[in-house]
Amino acid sequence: MSQRPYRSSAVANIAVTSLVVVTVLAACADASETSSNGQFASIEVAMPGTAFGVPAHAPDRFGFGVEASEQRVAIWDIDVRPDGVGLPEGSGSVQQGRDIYNIQCIACHGPTGTEGPNDRLVDSEQWEDVPATRTVGNYWPYATTLYDYIRKAMPQLTPGILAPDEVYAVIAYILWMNEIVPEDAVMNAETLPAVVMPARDKFVLDDRVGGGGIVR
Amino acid sequence: MPRAESPKLSRRAWITTTSGVIAAGLVKTQVDAIQLVAQEAPGDPTKVPGRLVSELGSRAPTEKPKRLIRAPALSSSSRTPLADLMGTITPADLHFERHHAGIPDIQFEDHELLVHGMVERPMVFRMSELMRYPQVSRIRFLECSGNGGGVYNRERMPTEITVQALDGLLSTSEWTGVPVSTILREVGVRPGASWILAEGGDSAVMSRSVPLDKVMSDSMLAYGQNGERIRPEQGYPLRLFNPGYEGNTSVKWLRRIEVTDQPTHTRDETSKYTDPLGDGTVRQYSLVMDAKSVITFPSYPYVLPDKGWWEIRGLAWTGRGRITRVEVSTDGGRSWSDAALEGPILDKSTVRFRHLFDWSGRDTVIMSRATDETGYVQPTVEQLWEARGTRTSYHQNHQRAWKIARTGEVTFGLGELV
Repeated sequence: MSQRPYRSSAVANIAVTSLVVVTVLAACADASETSSNGQFASIEVAMPGTAFGVPAHAPDRFGFGVEASEQRVAIWDIDVRPDGVGLPEGSGSVQQGRDIYNIQCIACHGPTGTEGPNDRLVDSEQWEDVPATRTVGNYWPYATTLYDYIRKAMPQLTPGILAPDEVYAVIAYILWMNEIVPEDAVMNAETLPAVVMPARDKFVLDDRVGGGGIVR
Repeated sequence: MPRAESPKLSRRAWITTTSGVIAAGLVKTQVDAIQLVAQEAPGDPTKVPGRLVSELGSRAPTEKPKRLIRAPALSSSSRTPLADLMGTITPADLHFERHHAGIPDIQFEDHELLVHGMVERPMVFRMSELMRYPQVSRIRFLECSGNGGGVYNRERMPTEITVQALDGLLSTSEWTGVPVSTILREVGVRPGASWILAEGGDSAVMSRSVPLDKVMSDSMLAYGQNGERIRPEQGYPLRLFNPGYEGNTSVKWLRRIEVTDQPTHTRDETSKYTDPLGDGTVRQYSLVMDAKSVITFPSYPYVLPDKGWWEIRGLAWTGRGRITRVEVSTDGGRSWSDAALEGPILDKSTVRFRHLFDWSGRDTVIMSRATDETGYVQPTVEQLWEARGTRTSYHQNHQRAWKIARTGEVTFGLGELV
């Protein structure tokens, strides 16, 4: 009596499986020696009535995982946007930044931010057609990116050790070396997003679209 | 580095090592010697019991494909030995690497993914919970958008460069995981959202913005690769995988997704992975990898020992769907023939192409060019120079060329044409 449902579902499985196999084999045979296409779409199309990976009878929510508390989100939500969202309290000056730079940054970026061995940070020479270098001064479109990146990834061997005041200060110093802010500048959550980077208006969104038209 | 001696050198070595056999005066010429040696039966494995079963397999002792390491640095890469591989799947231990601050040591049980931002319910998922969601597997290529940058500069066009060093930041795997759309449905995306920020748990905290439409269509949170859990250098235990997009967006060691209404403009989508076009503008968020093909055989440093029938073999792929055609030229691009494609041709995956040709023994320049389902044809380097200038660093998907000299020696041949 338990045989009937088992057998009927087995028959259904065989029918579905053989259909899939036939489709794939046909596609393989055609593909091996021709460059035609179109029929291959059948290989990976989702079953009717289903989204990518989720069958039609799936619930709206599975309920796996736990809701994240505000405190939990705050621990990891450390990105900084061009509009300043994400910047913490604190501030730092060019003068303070010089001292921090000379301890934490100089070994990889050089005494004036131009010597390396790692990325060159400073080039206040602007460009018309194409940049000779790609530095903070002549290429980075947003000053806020400095906070996002330094907080997360710098110094390379001891990432994340700089306090907010120190990050703001070293940014002020790097911007001053690039002749973008004056020597008495102080960076904080209000002043940093207001810095207008020289390359800001050079960036344009990708316009490649594929197709047989002009190469972009 | 070149992996093998040329066949010619191998023959000389053969003759040297078997000279004792030949010394009996039976052999007059090198050709006779080669034929005689070739006819000798090898050691007879049918007379010796074989090795026993093992818990972990390994390659034959003489098969030693290796990744090519760029530099022993925290921010570095290693490249897939494309010339050593067959078919389309890259063995996981040969998948290319690109790390920006080394490989973090993360425990499967400890790893968590935070999804928050413009969502109804910010949530944290452990790996065991992610693996409980409906699971999908897809064969997809992954390519670093810096791949091939070494052959874009007219003044510095190399000749002695392997396909591994040139285009080895390309690999193909069967990736397994949960669709990003499934998880975003779980947390409930709020109206107005248009991007996500994906963030890694490495010490670079690698961060990239990806359009919401993209991740909802076919991106996955991948925890499997070629049947096993993702290896540490590929993002263990969890990576974002954006099919067809530049590799850097498929953030490894993924620990956070923030749903947003704008891109975040992180360092790696502003000062890096952007394209100065030579006209005073810089192209940003150039995420899709356009159609491309590379000939993997014959390529430097291979030496064709004889004229006659050879099969040109290579890989083609596109981030915009399926490859529909690959053409091969054996006269430096003056005429083209359709190559055979080994199916099935999958969406945003590599396809193996091959073209049989009868090498005359004269100087020959061989090339390939791919066409995808949008009608896009892999451009020439001159077309890219015209469109983008000569100072970009990414997305250099132009046609490649290999020169076969009369001696059979194969070198990179684009410099012959430009």
